[in-house]
Amino acid sequence: MKIREIAEILDAQVYSCYDRLDDEVISACASDMMSDVLAFVKDQAVLVSGLCNPQAIRTAIMMDMRCLVLVRCKVPTQDMITLAQQSNIVILSSKLRMFAACGLLYEQGLLPGENTLV
Amino acid sequence: MNDALHLEFTVEGNNFLSAGSASDEVKNTLKKLGIKAQAVRRVAIAMYEGEINMVIHAGGGNAYVDMFADHIKIVLADTGKGIEDIQLAMQAGYSTAPEDILALGFGAGMGLPNMIKYSDRFDIQSTIGEGTTITMEIDFDQR
Ligand SMILES: Nc1ncnc2c1ncn2[C@@H]1O[C@H](COP(=O)(O)OP(=O)(O)OP(=O)(O)O)[C@@H](O)[C@H]1O
Ligand SMILES: [Mg+2]
Repeated sequence: MKIREIAEILDAQVYSCYDRLDDEVISACASDMMSDVLAFVKDQAVLVSGLCNPQAIRTAIMMDMRCLVLVRCKVPTQDMITLAQQSNIVILSSKLRMFAACGLLYEQGLLPGENTLV
Repeated sequence: MNDALHLEFTVEGNNFLSAGSASDEVKNTLKKLGIKAQAVRRVAIAMYEGEINMVIHAGGGNAYVDMFADHIKIVLADTGKGIEDIQLAMQAGYSTAPEDILALGFGAGMGLPNMIKYSDRFDIQSTIGEGTTITMEIDFDQR
């Protein structure tokens, strides 16, 4: 699925890296706890989170992710946008809540992926 | 790369914007050196967890990084409050993080377990009132 399609499915606004919207992603994960993402995620390229702070971007960077989807109408700060821009991470923001956002993406074919790194 | 490449960072306490920048720089350096993506990610996660811990729990600290041809050595040293029961702190799920830290997405009690999981050699020394020093080594060609 293209990141652009994720934005369409979630009716989300794009906040960074417009030039990356045609990048392909296969799987996603969702969490509000960053250490959980760091512990259990493998190659998921999309992070769905209600956590709207620079550390959500940092976590995505450490995991080589491509896209951060903010749920519940969270608007990224300028600091987050700058950091994401530098690291080629697309920030999307959707009005949907976590469960609904994940459900829609799953239904449209985005996969959960494997669960452990090693 | 015969000699070690040495990097040093000052990690600012309670600054949640800069938190992670040292790990980010190490990650980018390893990538440029052509280290395998999987190894780079293990280094990034282990160091990031340690860096965040110094930001949250220790009021900041220093990171000393030595990159060798086949492995990396990361020393994270702080002069914070120290850890009372190290065995307990290393257990998955144990955290003393207050409410405001939970709201930032931390405090799952997974940081130290992650560092142990992703490093090949791990050592922690901590003294109450004096500080904590964590030493991690990660081999590039393992696993
Ligand atoms: N550098 C440090 N100085 C003082 N205490 C520390 C330090 N690092 C860890 N601790 C203590 O050990 C506990 C467990 O650390 P750990 O990183 O595993 O979990 P956490 O930081 O609480 O949550 P998470 O890492 O999942 O966000 C912390 O809650 C804290 O009490
Ligand atoms: Mg921690």
